[in-house]
Order: sequence, then C-alpha cells, then structure tokens
Amino acid sequence: MAVLNEEQEMLRDMAREWATNESPVTEFRKVRASGEPEAFDRAAYTAMAEMGWAGIIIPEEHGGSDFGFLSAGLVVEELGKTLTASPLIATTLAASAIMLGGSDEQKAKWLPKLASGEAIATLAVDEGPHHDPSEIENSVSGGKLTGTKGFVAEAHGADLFVVAAKDGLYLVEKGDGVTLTTRRLTDQRSHADIAFDGAAAEKLENGGDSLLDDVLDRARVLTAAEMLGMAQIVFDTTLDYLKQRVQFNQVLSSFQALQHRMADLFADLAQMRSAVEAGLQAVDSGVGASRAAIVAKAEANRVLHTMSNEGIQLHGGIGMTDEYDIGLYLKRARVLEPAWGATGYLKNRFATLGGY
Amino acid sequence: MATQLEPEARDSADVFREEVRQFIADNFPEELRGKGLSMAGVEGGAKETPSQKSWREAMGGRGWGTPTWPKEYGGGGLNRKQAAILNEELARAGAYNPIGGMGIMMFGPTLLEYGSEAQKQEHIPPICRGEIRWCQGYSEPNAGSDLANLQTMAEDKGDHYLVNGQKTWTSGGQWADKCFAIVRTDRSDKHKGISFLLIDMDSPGVEVRPITMISGTSPFCETFFTDVKVPKDNLVGEEGQGWTIGKRLLQHERTNLSGAAPGGRGGASLADIAKKYGRVNTDGTLADPVLRDRIADFEIRWTSFLHTARRAVEESKAAGGVSEISSALKKLGTKLGQERAEMTIEIMGLQGLGWEGDSFSPVELAGVRAWLYGKATTIYGGSTEIQNNVIAKRVLGMLDHQ
Repeated sequence: MAVLNEEQEMLRDMAREWATNESPVTEFRKVRASGEPEAFDRAAYTAMAEMGWAGIIIPEEHGGSDFGFLSAGLVVEELGKTLTASPLIATTLAASAIMLGGSDEQKAKWLPKLASGEAIATLAVDEGPHHDPSEIENSVSGGKLTGTKGFVAEAHGADLFVVAAKDGLYLVEKGDGVTLTTRRLTDQRSHADIAFDGAAAEKLENGGDSLLDDVLDRARVLTAAEMLGMAQIVFDTTLDYLKQRVQFNQVLSSFQALQHRMADLFADLAQMRSAVEAGLQAVDSGVGASRAAIVAKAEANRVLHTMSNEGIQLHGGIGMTDEYDIGLYLKRARVLEPAWGATGYLKNRFATLGGY
Repeated sequence: MATQLEPEARDSADVFREEVRQFIADNFPEELRGKGLSMAGVEGGAKETPSQKSWREAMGGRGWGTPTWPKEYGGGGLNRKQAAILNEELARAGAYNPIGGMGIMMFGPTLLEYGSEAQKQEHIPPICRGEIRWCQGYSEPNAGSDLANLQTMAEDKGDHYLVNGQKTWTSGGQWADKCFAIVRTDRSDKHKGISFLLIDMDSPGVEVRPITMISGTSPFCETFFTDVKVPKDNLVGEEGQGWTIGKRLLQHERTNLSGAAPGGRGGASLADIAKKYGRVNTDGTLADPVLRDRIADFEIRWTSFLHTARRAVEESKAAGGVSEISSALKKLGTKLGQERAEMTIEIMGLQGLGWEGDSFSPVELAGVRAWLYGKATTIYGGSTEIQNNVIAKRVLGMLDHQ
C-alpha cells in the first residue's frame, strides 16, 4: 500500500466500509439475477456519487474534488474486492477524456453532471474483441458519426459516449443514430456492440495527438486498480480457506506444498500492487505515465490470471460451485484481462516505447 | 501531493547541498569519476589505490559513508532528507560511496541495536571509516538452511570462551579482520543455546581455506576454529540471545541481497545487448519477435520489482518498522537477477559462454562468471525455499508443516 495522506486514508476507509456493508458480493448476485442488461443498481450508483466518488478526478470548479487517480484507484480497488457492478470507472474515464480534450463549454456542460451522478458516460474505443486503437474505422463527416464499436463496457446505462474515430475523440449522446446490441459476457456485466449511424458527434478538439493514448493510460491504470482489489480478495479468501479446511486430520495450511504456493502468490501480489500504485501515481504526476500504465496493466493481467486460477484450484471442488464467490472473480478477471490491452499488446507497446 | 518544504527547511536543504558540493569538489579524485565500489575492493581481494584510499578517508572521516548512523559513533548523523541530498550530489558528480561491506550492510545496524555502549564505541567508528573488514560466521557444513543446527561450540572458561568448530561459506574470510559469529553456548536447547560472538580473525587457532566455486572464483572460505580464545567482552547481548540477534541481522542481509543478483543492477539493458549480438530491423526493432517479446516481458516484471523495492522502503519508513513485503524482496529480486543473467548469455550465443582468452571481451567473460556465481543468490542468505517458509509462517500465519 502506497503511503497515503490523511484525505486518501479517509477515502479508502469510507470506500472499504461502504463496499463491505452496502455492496457485498450478494448485491452483485442480485444484479446478476435481475437479468437487466444495464447490470448495475441505480440507487447504489447514486449513493456512490453522493459520496463524491464520481467526481474524484474532476476539478472542483466543475463539482469534483480533484483528488486525482491514486485516490480514484483506492476507491475502485475497494469496489473490485466485492465485485461491485457500477459505471464508476467508465464514467471517470469519460470524464478524464473531456478534461484532457474538451473545450471550456464541453467541460462546463458535462463534468458537473458526471461528478454528481446525474449523467453516466463511457469510452467506446475498440471495434472488435481485441484492444487495438490503431485499427479504428469509425469516421465523422459533417458532425455525424458512422461505424460500429464492439463490447463497450457500461454502454447500457450511458447517457454519453466518448467515441474514438479515425481523426480523434468525439462526444456522442445516446439517442438518434445510436443502437445498442447486448453482448452478454461471462462476467454478466454490461457490454454492448454499438452501431452509430449518422449520430451527432462533437469533437474533443484539445489534448493534441496523444489524447487517445493519454486516455488509454488512464483506462489501464484504473482497470488495473479494480483487478488489484479482486486479486487481493481472492488471495485473502483462499488463505482463509486453507486455514479452515481439514483433510488427513490436518488443516491444509500446514502442508508445505501449499504454503510455498501461497508464498509465491504473496510475492506476485506485492509486485502487482506496486505496479498498479506506481501507475496511478505516474498518471497523477504526468511523469512516465505511458510506460507505468503498461507495467500496471500487464502486471495486473499476469498476477490476477494466476491468482484466479490458483484460487479455484486451492479451494478444490467447492471453488467450482456457483454458490461460492471465487468463480465470479475468475470470470470477471478474464473479461478485464483483454480490456485496454491484453498482455501481448502491452508487451509490444512497451518494447516500442523502449526503442526496440 | 509532493511534500512541500517550509521556506526555512528549503533554505537549510540548499545550504546542506552547497556544503556537499563543496566537499565533493575538494575531495573526490577526478580519476575515480564514474567508477563504483567493487566487492573485491570492499572485501580485500583488490588492492586499494592511493586515490581510492584518499576518497575513502575523506568520506569515512566525515561519517558520510554511513550517513544516517549516529554521529557519536562516527556516522554522519544526517536525517533522511540530507542523506538523500548527499546521494543525489554523489551521483551528480559521478562519485560513489567508498564505505561498504558486511560491516555496513549487516553487522553495524545489528550492533547499534543490540551491542553494549563499549562495543559500539569500539567497533562502529572503524566500520564508518572503512578500516575494518568483517566476515560472517553463520553457516556450517551441517547447518545450512537449518542454521540453528550449528555445532561450533563456545565453552565458558571463566574470563573467556574457548571456541572449537567449523564455519563455511565465509564471504571474504581470507581478507577479513574480524568475524561476527553465531556459536553454541548450550547443547541442551537448539535455539536458546546460541550466542552472538565477535572473533578476531588473527587469533591463534583460526584457519581460513578459500573454496573455489563453479564460477572459478573463491569469494567464500571454510573457517576452522581450534581452541580459539575469545574474551567475554566480545559477547553481544546475553548468552542465549544469539538466535534472536542473528535473525535480525539476516533481515538486514536479505533486504540488501534482493538487488544483488548479477545483472540485477546497472550494465547494458537486455535490448541493447540483443541489438549488439542479434539482427535488427531497419526501424531499429529487434528482428527476432519472440526475443523482443521475452525482453519486454522481463523488463515489465523487473520494473514492478523496482517499484516493490521502493515501496518496501517507503512503507518501512512510514510505519517505523519492517514492511511485510520486505520478506518477498529477496526471493523476487534474486530470481529476476538469475533470469536476466540467463537471457544475457542466451542472447550472446556461444560468444556469451567464454571461459578465458582474448577472443572474448572482458564484459563477455565477466558475464559468464556472473551468471554462474548468480546461482548462489537463491541459496545464500536464506534460500528461496526458506524465504517461502518465512513468508508462509510469519507473514501469512500458516501453520508449521508437520
């Protein structure tokens, strides 16, 4: 855990308490059981916004608290621990795009609504099952956007889409010319393909050539923060289980073969936390953010992948049941792994940035 | 979120920085610029040149080789901010800290915590000045990972102990002036029968035999003690407290060893080595896509290890104690260091496996030795398996295996 200031500690404690008491995994199970494609609880999101979480990165003049990404990551990590389904990350990332690339008018129009929870937004970048921002076909002509986006997270609840087109990022409101097709993935959260057919689009003119890359850096670190919370809880739950389960008249935690596997996972988790926190801090400081964000997401992918598999294996048969939570983490883990860059993509980009 | 210094504090930091710059300008010999402190130099395998000696004496005399140690025992007495400034200025000038070795890394911090006032007065100042070389008398032929099984006996003879037994893997034993050792003062209790004793290496009855390693070097020795008289004043702490003190020292050792694996620090990057020894596309990317992917994979994990090492320091400082992730640093860092060494020789092909001769560059020859020597890093200082036991039991609270 990074060394935090008082504000950040309070924020984290508040998020931990709320997630534990108000949004345990049973809440996600309710959302899942409802079968609603939107896949989150509006009342819960309103409560989150009222606590200021939707505006953590948004400047005070637009109704946020301007605490930055490390703070946002602390909250997201806590929500990841309980698999809280919400459009918080999606909205935060859309807000960051507007902050980096929007005009004063666009900022004034959208940021206060996003901070207050009145509006929900999401990023629509990839057009297929793989993250590849170099292969964007969506185009805008005369202020009208045409093209399709694939597997857009939190699309069902979104009032506003930040859409990557060939020549930059655009704001598109839900409504005419925007058609969603639900893609129900294994994590049973909100994902949809979106067809834009001449939808009114307003360009984010500022932010320069690196605008999309800068937004993707933020997407990587914040997604990695959610994954960190998940990895932490899978580890904690598995450790607890090993201390309770008795076989051969011994608790499993007394077996050295299992002790050493847990020691490996402990070390991996330490690496993942360091990488994620360094990524969040680099986005806040603006120093080396692209590389740090790649390291954060790549380490999150690597460690959560192993952790979720080991979590199932070390739980044994009970880990295979739907009644037990551990499988829910495995499914969510695999959906987040390719988001904003599967490991292969990230390594390629890391090498390119390193000049080899 | 960067800490803002108060105006007065900023002024005093500037004044200190100016003082350091002046000191370096006055004392750092130009011909040492860009050079580092070699282990051979610290342990005694290489002779000290006059300029190295003068730089060591200047830094040691000021206590700045041990910047945060108390001034009363010859340390620098600096606070962390000042020590950071000192480091920055040394780096900026291409200078290095000439005071090193086991006295600094392991023994000094432990003696400051557990030693008597007289012991601190006697032993700490020469360490700060880099005058006395210490070696570690821990492992024995039958006490490796099971260190508490040690059998070297220190028999109470009234005014002195009579020490008999054998230590092994004594790093730099052939050049050391003194040895901090854990010895048995009581055969009836495995852990509580151990005491922490300081032994002069020139005492009659001490015999040192270097061991040749697979790397061709002899950094370790066997050390034999035959009826060696050690004054009782040389007992650190109480009789029977040796296991506690000895383990504390190992914490210092492990933190220091985590980054010590060959290739772990400094030197050319794997990508640069790959460009030198392999084919490169016209756009400057590596022609072998698999190697390129593996290098990136390694560098990403190495970067997050460096973040982890930094986080462990920050957390330990903030909490005023050892951060629990410190226990993972040695196992992570040594494994990554070995991985880098393996990749380095692989990238070079057979050119990277030269043993001797002019057809290999000094860097290539050193790389082979470092790769071989690096195999020791996951064995010494508590093997990776022992680290796993420590993490499982002490940090994770998993029951002892039966």
